[in-house]
Formats: sequence, structure tokens, C-alpha cells
Amino acid sequence: MQKYSVLSLIKNAFSSHKDWEVAWKDQDPKKEYDVVIIGGGGHGLATAYYLAKEHKITNIAVIEKGWIGGGNIGRNTTIIRSNYMHDENALFYEKGMELWRSMSQDLNFNIMFSPRGIINLAHSDAQMNAYARRGNSMKLNGIDAVLLNREEVKNKVPILDFSDNVRFPIFGGLMQPSAGTARHDAVAWGYARQADSMGVDIVQHCEVTGFDISNGKIKGIKTSRGDIKAKKVGLCVAGSTSILADMLNMTLPIETHLLQACVSEPIKPLLDHVVTFGAGHFYCSQSDKGEMVMGGDLDGYNSYAQRGNLPTLQHVLTEGIAMFPFLSKLKMLRTWGGIMDMSMDGSPIIDKTHIQGLYLNCGWCYGGFKATPASGFTFAHTIAQDKVHELNAGFRLDRFSTGHLIDEKGLGTKTWIS
Amino acid sequence: MLYIKCPYCGYRSQNEFAYGGDATVKRPELNKEVTDKEWDNFVYLRKSPRGKHLELWHHVSGCRQWIKVLRDTNTHEIFNTYKSEDKVET
Ligand SMILES: Cc1cc2nc3c(=O)[nH]c(=O)nc-3n(C[C@H](O)[C@H](O)[C@H](O)COP(=O)(O)OP(=O)(O)OC[C@H]3O[C@@H](n4cnc5c(N)ncnc54)[C@H](O)[C@@H]3O)c2cc1C
Ligand SMILES: [Zn+2]
Repeated sequence: MQKYSVLSLIKNAFSSHKDWEVAWKDQDPKKEYDVVIIGGGGHGLATAYYLAKEHKITNIAVIEKGWIGGGNIGRNTTIIRSNYMHDENALFYEKGMELWRSMSQDLNFNIMFSPRGIINLAHSDAQMNAYARRGNSMKLNGIDAVLLNREEVKNKVPILDFSDNVRFPIFGGLMQPSAGTARHDAVAWGYARQADSMGVDIVQHCEVTGFDISNGKIKGIKTSRGDIKAKKVGLCVAGSTSILADMLNMTLPIETHLLQACVSEPIKPLLDHVVTFGAGHFYCSQSDKGEMVMGGDLDGYNSYAQRGNLPTLQHVLTEGIAMFPFLSKLKMLRTWGGIMDMSMDGSPIIDKTHIQGLYLNCGWCYGGFKATPASGFTFAHTIAQDKVHELNAGFRLDRFSTGHLIDEKGLGTKTWIS
Repeated sequence: MLYIKCPYCGYRSQNEFAYGGDATVKRPELNKEVTDKEWDNFVYLRKSPRGKHLELWHHVSGCRQWIKVLRDTNTHEIFNTYKSEDKVET
């Protein structure tokens, strides 16, 4: 594989950048693989990368129905954080933070990781107390957390509405300074390029339409481009999980819902951090191009549409304007949506299934982008060793029937009601 | 914007309704021993189909009745709406 560096950039400048190697090959599917990963999003590609890198399994195909980067990996608002209270989530996402910090070097691909810090605003004394508790839990797990008072928030984000007559005055906030953002498509491309260089077949425009199972054991998959035999199969299809589960006669603790995001026209640098509203669901950061990147609630009813509806966008932006009144003056550049695998406790599932050789990775809800490296790392381990890694041991499929829920937000079983 | 035909009030904007989820889920019968499996099915497990979905909506800013809506989760087409007590074949 051609290494990307300043030197290679200069060298290729002499040939007008016409001689760059392709970043990954567009493979036709072979008849048989050791491992087939379904879904060429961030999680599927990261899983293939770690299977090859850590477990030396390279006879792998990543089967993607569309193109690499066309799913949620290319649709999210790129927030990366580990400000969780429960151990299962905190330790898993903190492992992710470690992997994010070295990802550009590891992948030899600039993923533009920008640890600019995230601030969750508090709008009451009770919320400040709850944040103090969460911050302390984070620190006990070795995660950085700083409780900010109103003045400290004002220093960091003066553009927020600090006037006296607002409906939800700002009391302070909880900050994770090491949190941030990254270039989402670069993450998909970087993993795809490295996986390809280690021998992984990246098969695009190939839809999985069924499974071949006999005696409780996976034998292969059926696709729009023919049958493929496989010893092991891993599902990484995010918002399409319930559709594939139906082909397997499985019913999962998941519903598919739509999440929208939008960006404004670009403006000069104004917002240095990721900031979230504490009295509703709205968050905002500023992209390198200067656009305000914004998102919030789900559309609120089951949807596979991959496009959103205006009432939710209006609701979310109303919250945004309450926080940042200047937003009302900006023009909206783009809005889009992605379909989300909403689990019933808001936490993910990375586990084996009752079918031997079939592994499940799903339930990422609003936050699966930041999970990408840790998810790939632990899912690869689960597949290669046929047992869960200690970091995903809590993300069990059967935790709902055994009562071991990881109910981070206290939303109960309807994480789509918020 | 969805336009939902409330069986009591007629066509109303989506903004007047709150969503209530899959309407085909049945609570295990009262006064009977409930197995963990039955409880799991009722509380947590959902088919979440792509296509026709029978679901509950609450006309919360209108007549406040719960209704059933047969909607396509891919196209958002609403095929029909029903009173909550209506039996619907799916
Ligand atoms: C608007 C929006 C904002 C978000 N913001 C954030 C954020 O700020 N921070 C954060 O951490 N997370 C965020 N997320 C969530 C995050 O994007 C997802 O949880 C994560 O990307 C899901 O994992 P993935 O990348 O593997 O999914 P995807 O990229 O969706 O990958 C799944 C792939 O499976 C493929 N597939 C489906 N069915 C089949 C089939 N039958 N055969 C073959 N292939 C199939 C799909 O085409 C798709 O490419 C956001 C999501 C959205 C929609
Ligand atoms: Zn009504």
C-alpha cells in the first residue's frame, strides 16, 4: 500500500496527482470466506480492520448493499465523547477515546480528530447536582470531567443567551475537555483502505437477502450477487438490523427510527466547543468549513425513510434558537436524515446469538459514531474468539429478559420517547 | 408533515398527535402467571417492520382518544385509521 505523507504528496504533484493508487479495490464477491461482515458502515469496516490486524484473519468480505460511507457513518454529526455514568458504557467509550487519539497515525489517514471538548448545559440546581454526580462517576472511571459554573460557561461560550428573562437560564454545565469531533467519511475511508491492504474484500452494491443455516449453525449468506459461504457472519447493519433479524426469525429489542441533522451556511469561527441544551434535545458544533452543525430529537415514529419531516426540525431548531438567538439569522444549507437502531435501554448490543457462528452488533441509537473504533475492536474479538471481550461483556442480547439493563438516561424501554 | 385521519375528528395535522408505538403488542393476561419470556416479548421485543405497521397514536391536542393507524414505515403512506377497539387484520 502506498503510504500517505508530505513526501508522497509532493512526489505525486509532479505527475499532477494522476498516479495515486486506488484507496481500496471494488471487489467482486468470492464463493467462500472465513468471515463475512454484513454492512460497510463504520462498525463493519472497523471490525474487518481489527479482525485482520489483531486476529490475523484476512479471508474476510465486507458486504455492503450501497457504497462505503453511504449509511449513518456518513450522515452523523461526528460527536465523540465518553461522558457516561454506567461502567459498561464509560469503560467501553473511554477505550474508544484512546483509539480515536491515535487513529490518524494508525490508519495513515487524516481523520481530523478535533478534541475541542463538549459542554452539556445545566438549567437548574437539580441538574447541576445530577451533573456533579455523573462527573464524579466519570472521574472514578478515569475519564476527564469538569463541572463549570455559569461564569465559566460564559467565558467559554459567550454567544449563548445569558440574559435574565430566558425560559431556561444557564446555571452551569458539565464539560469533558477531551471529547470532540472527527471527519466521519474519513473514518470509513481510512478503515476501508487499511482493511483492503491486509486482504479484506470490500464488496459494494451487494445486498444480503437471506441466510443459510443448518443444524443451528451458520453456513453462508444469500445476496443479490449470489450465494456466499462463510464460517462466521457478523451483522453490522445499524438501522437495517430488524430487517435482517426478520430473515433470521429473530425479534430484537430494537426499533428503527429516523434522526435528522442540519447545517447552516458557513460563518466565521464562533463556537469552539460542542454544546448541548440541557432542557431538551439540541446540540451544536461548528465545522471546519464554518457551518453550524445541529441536531436533536428523533422524528418520533418508526421510520425507514432516510429522510425527515419538518415538525421535528422546527422543534429542534426552536430549542437551538433559545440557546443561541443568532441562529435565527442564519440560512439553512442542508438537512438530512439517517435510520437509527434504537435499543430499548439506549445502550448497544455486541454479542453472540443462538445461531452458532452468527454475531450481532446493533442498538447504537444516537451515538454509534463515537463507538466506531471500540465497537470494531470488541466485535472482532467476539467473532475471532467466539466469546465476548470484557469491554462488551455488558452489551448482552439477553440483558432485557434477565433485567441487566444499562439504562443510561433513565428513559426506560422507550428510548424514542424523549 | 403527516395528515392523520382521526376516526372522531377527521384529518388533522401530525402536530396534534403523540406516537404510541406498535399496536399489535399484547400485554400478558391479567391474574395469570407471566413467564419471563412473555414479559420480554411484551416489554422489549419489537418486529419493527419496513413496510406496513399498525401503530397507536394519541390525539393528545384534539379529542384525546387513542387510535390505531396502519402506516408504511418506508413511504409514510397511511392506508387506514381505526378506533382503538376496532379489530384490525394485519
Ligand atoms: C443525523 C445523525 C446524527 C448522528 N450523530 C452522531 C454523533 O454526533 N455522534 C455519534 O457518536 N453518533 C451519531 N450518530 C449515530 C451514528 O452515525 C451511528 O450509530 C453509526 O454510524 C452506526 O454504525 P455504522 O457506521 O456501522 O452504520 P451505517 O454507516 O449505517 O452502516 C450500516 C451499513 O449496512 C448496510 N446494509 C444494510 N442492510 C444491508 C443488507 N441487507 N446487505 C448489505 N448491507 C446492508 C447499509 O447500507 C449501511 O451502509 C448519528 C446518526 C445520524 C443519522
Ligand atoms: Zn380526535
